[in-house]
Amino acid sequence: MSYEAVIGLEIHSELKTNTKIFCGCATTFGAEHNTHVCPVCLGLPGVLPTLNKRVLEFAIKAGLALNCEINKFSKFDRKNYYYPDLPKNWQTSQYDLPICENGYVDITKSNGETKRIRITRIHMEEDAGKLVHSGNTIKDSDTSNVDYNRTGVPLIEIVSEPDMSSPEEARLYMEKVKSILQYIDVSNCKMEEGNLRADLNVSLRPAGSDVLGTRTEMKNINSFKAVEEALTYEIERQEEVLEDGGHIIQETRTWDPDRGITLSMRSKENAHDYRYMPEPDLVPIITTDEEIEAFRKSLPELPDARKARLEEQFGLSAYDAGIITSSREMAEYFDAVIETGADAKLAANWIMGDLSKNLNAESLEISDSPVDAKRLGEMIGLISKGTISSKIAKKVFEEMWKSPDSPEKIVKDKGLVQITDTKAIEEIVDKVIEANQKAVEDYKSGNKKAIGALVGQVMKQSKGKANPQTVNQILAQKLG
Amino acid sequence: MKLFEQPAHVLHDMLVNKEITSLELTEAVLARIDEVEGDVKAYLTITRDVAIAQAKAVDEKIAKGETISFLEGIPGAIKDNICTKGVKTTCASKILQNFVAPYDATVMTKLKAQNPVIIGKANMDEFAMGGSTENSAFQKTGNPWNTECVPGGSSGGSAAAVAAGTAVWALGSDTGGSIRQPASFCGVVGMKPTYGRVSRYGLVAYASSLDQIGPITKDVTDCAHILNIISGRDEMDSTSVNEEVPDFTKALVEDVKGLKVGIPKEYFVKGIDPDVEKTVREAIDKLKELGAEIVEISLPNTDYAISTYYLISPAEAATNLARYDGVSYGERAEDAADLVEMITKTRTQYLGEEVKRRIMIGNYALSAGYYDAYYLKALKVRRLIKEDFDKAFEQVDVIVCPTAPTPAYKIGEKISNPLEMYLQDACTVPLNLAGLPGISVPCGYSSDNMPIGLQIIGKALDEETILRVAYTYEQSQSYHNDRAQLGGN
Repeated sequence: MSYEAVIGLEIHSELKTNTKIFCGCATTFGAEHNTHVCPVCLGLPGVLPTLNKRVLEFAIKAGLALNCEINKFSKFDRKNYYYPDLPKNWQTSQYDLPICENGYVDITKSNGETKRIRITRIHMEEDAGKLVHSGNTIKDSDTSNVDYNRTGVPLIEIVSEPDMSSPEEARLYMEKVKSILQYIDVSNCKMEEGNLRADLNVSLRPAGSDVLGTRTEMKNINSFKAVEEALTYEIERQEEVLEDGGHIIQETRTWDPDRGITLSMRSKENAHDYRYMPEPDLVPIITTDEEIEAFRKSLPELPDARKARLEEQFGLSAYDAGIITSSREMAEYFDAVIETGADAKLAANWIMGDLSKNLNAESLEISDSPVDAKRLGEMIGLISKGTISSKIAKKVFEEMWKSPDSPEKIVKDKGLVQITDTKAIEEIVDKVIEANQKAVEDYKSGNKKAIGALVGQVMKQSKGKANPQTVNQILAQKLG
Repeated sequence: MKLFEQPAHVLHDMLVNKEITSLELTEAVLARIDEVEGDVKAYLTITRDVAIAQAKAVDEKIAKGETISFLEGIPGAIKDNICTKGVKTTCASKILQNFVAPYDATVMTKLKAQNPVIIGKANMDEFAMGGSTENSAFQKTGNPWNTECVPGGSSGGSAAAVAAGTAVWALGSDTGGSIRQPASFCGVVGMKPTYGRVSRYGLVAYASSLDQIGPITKDVTDCAHILNIISGRDEMDSTSVNEEVPDFTKALVEDVKGLKVGIPKEYFVKGIDPDVEKTVREAIDKLKELGAEIVEISLPNTDYAISTYYLISPAEAATNLARYDGVSYGERAEDAADLVEMITKTRTQYLGEEVKRRIMIGNYALSAGYYDAYYLKALKVRRLIKEDFDKAFEQVDVIVCPTAPTPAYKIGEKISNPLEMYLQDACTVPLNLAGLPGISVPCGYSSDNMPIGLQIIGKALDEETILRVAYTYEQSQSYHNDRAQLGGN
């Protein structure tokens, strides 16, 4: 039997507010244990939460950017469960009246097909602290300590409909959500710091069926690679179970990235009853149409719109425009390169090519690139003017990567100016023809490809500085 | 009257006129503690040295000719569920027996700006759960009028201290009657302000949507003054109301002419003690004589108030008290093999019976499959109860009824029957469910000479009218000048 996967994601994203959701403590990552704490986030007796307005603003902006409806009446609830990283032994979250509902994003698959993934809801909640065990897990540790710095860091949870049917779609969806959250500047989305993590729900059903199968959940997946790998493994595992006539058990499984497998963690029988109740210490959140409109107006151009603009305005291909706009930083870098008067297609090629390659090699963000948009733009300008060839440009780029000098200065200092002087080139061509009679004969006897070797020789002798077009022209002329 | 018997407004004038010093007053109160505290047991912590130092500082200020505020230099008691920086806040629970809050409750910050003398922290039912202070994990407080009787609860220590003269004034908290009922039992004045009038920041939560801090005093005048000090919007409590606070002392006028006073018939039925009914009816007649218009009203959902209260408050308590797990503060049980055992042992060992009972009721009411039938239904009935009051207040300005269905009873008499204890709250819990202000003022005595309180209920944020009615009634009588006969007194 052939099966179809049904995948839904719950994405948790930390919001980049300066202070925590219910108190004034800093949210900075990586501080010394228990230094960003106060009576409120420690859940001491008698304390009360007060909502950080920025959290509400960021959640509403996320909702608008993800095409959600904003609930004008929303409230917080207590999600009750005992765990030492949760000082009150409940998480302040939202249950039946989340701030945003009914949104969607569109993803473009590698085959070019576009698919809409619906978003059920987005709600606000507080993050928990971190346990520091003497052993590997709480079970095999003699002592465990709690670091409450993360307690109360604001989160939004974005819950999708089970609209994805392949690991690729799940990854593309998460990438898209990340890109949008970065565009609207509400989350750093640093996955390695746990800013963005996903719970994956997956079930299988016979292809074409509209009945949902039993699902399993994998929690806290924090890389795109892991999303795809964990889902791929889990789909295969479920397929095997079903093929063998077995049943899927509804359970939470963990993804072990080192072994590349998922492991059973907790079955439904042991599932929590969270005993949700309305949070009596926080007043309901009332949002007006005017406030929502003001937030909507404050949103920047979003990836889809920006991509369409780049295609239309600069004639970029859908693929190139998609890559350039996949992150706000890259799109802004592109715009800044264009502002120097650089050619758009060349700009796109350089950004997606050498620039990205160098950034990846050194694990740098584009915002930290040693070659800023202005210098790259100037360099592209030199190519367009014919001052340097594309090939020489690669050398210039490598120099720029290492030195802060302007591309003009580098070209001048290193003597990389392209030789466009016909006479100088003719001299070299004559020498090359003289020294490569065999190739000349071949060419003359009909093997037109032999000219390539000659061009190569000319370029070599000019140390790459000869304008390749001029070389071709002159050679063709001389060889008749 | 002896110094420790005087209300704060009289003592304030004496301080201003230099008839007494704060030190004399404080020493008189501390001497009274030495005399009667062994029988009353109103305090869990007494901060004698701090009190003396505070008194001396105030005297220096007076000597320099500086003006002093109303409570300055006047000794008071704080219920032990209000966080006091540097001084233990135990909630009368073993689990917090050594807990010292690193911060002050907002009411403490406001009070401290007035430079009062803080004598100590008052006994209470553990986590404010109870109506007799017998649920304190540490000691049973005696009613100053008869120390074999309970002082009421949960603010029993606060009320007993004020009645015994071991404090001039006190703060209590009221979730279902915990200020008004002990005030009634101890023959003093106690007010639960409108929900949100006083910040709850730093009040250790029992049931967040019902809890409210309020004053317990020797008369209505002191009540108005202290309400002035503790009221107001607090950015640390998002449920505190953003309304300007009037000067409540302006409401202290002897005039109820033309005021419509509602008498809810549902508050005078089953279980009411005949002495209570007789005394309260006499008080109502007195109000009529003073010019008020008496209107019989109906609050038809009153019968459901107790069941509603005993679903909502335990549900909130169950989550509010989940934090006492032995992880980062409070007591922790020894020798637990793992995390679950550590939490279980800690809570089993250090929480009292009544607290555990309410946590279990609360968790049951919130559990999957029961939520709709219990908790959600209780929320709906709560709304109906509030609507009853809304409707009644279309006709009347205040509502008057007994504070408690009986006078103070003997220690140990009801403690083994939780349900009977819960029924004692019939007249007080509806206000908490509706968020309304209420005051209890002494209105006479039972045949056993135990005090009886008259409850006056107002519209939301209209503490002024209930203060006015309470003051007018008080001034027409002399109950507020009566003192419990205790010790050498």
